[in-house]
Amino acid sequence: MRDVAIVSFAQSHHRRAVEDLNEVEMLMPVTREALDNIGIGIGDIGFTCSGSTDYLAGNAFSFVSTLDGIGPWPPISESHVEMDGAWALYEAWVKLQTGAVDTAFVYSYSKSSSGDLAMVMSRQLDPYAVGPLWLDSVGCAALAASAALDAGVVTREAMAEVAARSRRDALANNEYAQLRFDRTAAAVLAEPDHVGLLHRSDCPPISDGAAAIVLAAGDRARELCDNPVWIRGIDHRIDPMALGYRDLTDVPSARLAASRAGVVPAEIDAWELHAPFSHDELLLRRAMGVPDDAVVNRSGGALAANPMLTAGLIRIGEASWQISSGESERMVAHATQGPALQQNLVAVLEGDR
Amino acid sequence: MTLVLPESLRDVEAVTRVATPARLEYDFTAGRATTTFLRGILEHKILGEACPICHKVYVPSRGACPSHGVPTSEIVELAGPGVLVSYCVVNVAFHGSVMELPYVGGLIQLEGADMFLMHLIQEASPDEVRIGQWVEPVWRDDADLEATLESIRYFRPLDRPDATVDEAGHVVSWGPATRGGAA
Repeated sequence: MRDVAIVSFAQSHHRRAVEDLNEVEMLMPVTREALDNIGIGIGDIGFTCSGSTDYLAGNAFSFVSTLDGIGPWPPISESHVEMDGAWALYEAWVKLQTGAVDTAFVYSYSKSSSGDLAMVMSRQLDPYAVGPLWLDSVGCAALAASAALDAGVVTREAMAEVAARSRRDALANNEYAQLRFDRTAAAVLAEPDHVGLLHRSDCPPISDGAAAIVLAAGDRARELCDNPVWIRGIDHRIDPMALGYRDLTDVPSARLAASRAGVVPAEIDAWELHAPFSHDELLLRRAMGVPDDAVVNRSGGALAANPMLTAGLIRIGEASWQISSGESERMVAHATQGPALQQNLVAVLEGDR
Repeated sequence: MTLVLPESLRDVEAVTRVATPARLEYDFTAGRATTTFLRGILEHKILGEACPICHKVYVPSRGACPSHGVPTSEIVELAGPGVLVSYCVVNVAFHGSVMELPYVGGLIQLEGADMFLMHLIQEASPDEVRIGQWVEPVWRDDADLEATLESIRYFRPLDRPDATVDEAGHVVSWGPATRGGAA
């Protein structure tokens, strides 16, 4: 295996709605910053991969026009996934493993605000049995939360703690986040029920934003920056598409991905988990064996800023910042996709020691 | 596992097709560059934007130069006439189409621009339409202008010697400098 590292990360200041810019205009400053950070241009990049979905833009081939923002002419080697940018990073990592390239550029973005987000996300359900019911993404999460509460694997108190801690940590640590405030778990518990048993604060914000990462292999990574953050293991797994086939109180694909990525919970000093809903974090902690006293989502996580198909890539970028700044030595970054934590990607990141 | 269907479901007609209608509504953000273009249309102007590095002019601009990945920051007003670099004669109706058949859709390189605009070609018989032909926009009345490309109703042939278009579809020579016709 080749050693592959994150050598640059940039993200936007995520907002409820970016109403003055189109996607490419929103993305361009972020991709530019990621390249400028290490003094390279798109011509120095061997492979580019992006993550986004036209369902959010409501515009066919929107990802092709967005590509203009990085300067794809003369033609570059490029790919796109209709997935969170974390999966674009995985594809880029595989490309680096082949030895065909030494550098890769990964970005993702979304304007979650363009349509009725919860309804747009219902289109990822199977189109025959569940899709026609228009079960929206918040309703889907509420189903899983109810099941987990019934099974006794989460409590509303623990969920409220996650909701409160995430926004408080964003206030303290993350200027890019959207929801940054100090409100107690008791205040969350006092909110009326929003959808099912979920309080509003158990749900992520709707966010527009973008993120970009530069990967490099071996010596090229050391040339490009002083403190590369190495990807020591990475894996992604998927649970069945049909909600009825799954135990919504557990996340087997996250457990398997963590195991295959080589996660040893006792050796991890902080975690960035892509948990859009508060119960998601509790289910992921259980599935991956995160210790009770572990540092989780210092950035505030997706509960503080949740640009769709981007919040997962941001977890990887945030972890890389926390390691390159010396705050942590070895971290787990996780991304999820699909209804109720269906698909999960886990990476183990480590600094040069 | 062998699936045993209840009696009531045996020998029923198989479901071979399921229709699941979907409708989603979006607020489209034109963005800075497209807003510039559309506001120009309201004033009977065609505004392109140029890359500050290579000075290529895009119209309408999406906001980025694909050669350099930078914002197209310089606004350039174009005269209007352009050259047909490719076209298609449409002989088949499709759902929602309101056009009388046959009609011509054209790719037009406006004079002063480096990319193409797609629009209808009218006031020309399809068998007269050709690559290299000069065309000009026909606008709605000023009172009816809206922030849409439909404010240009179509392009029509302009009486002017043909330009030379290369195989890649770019104008390599705009033709003799002497202009004929009514521009």
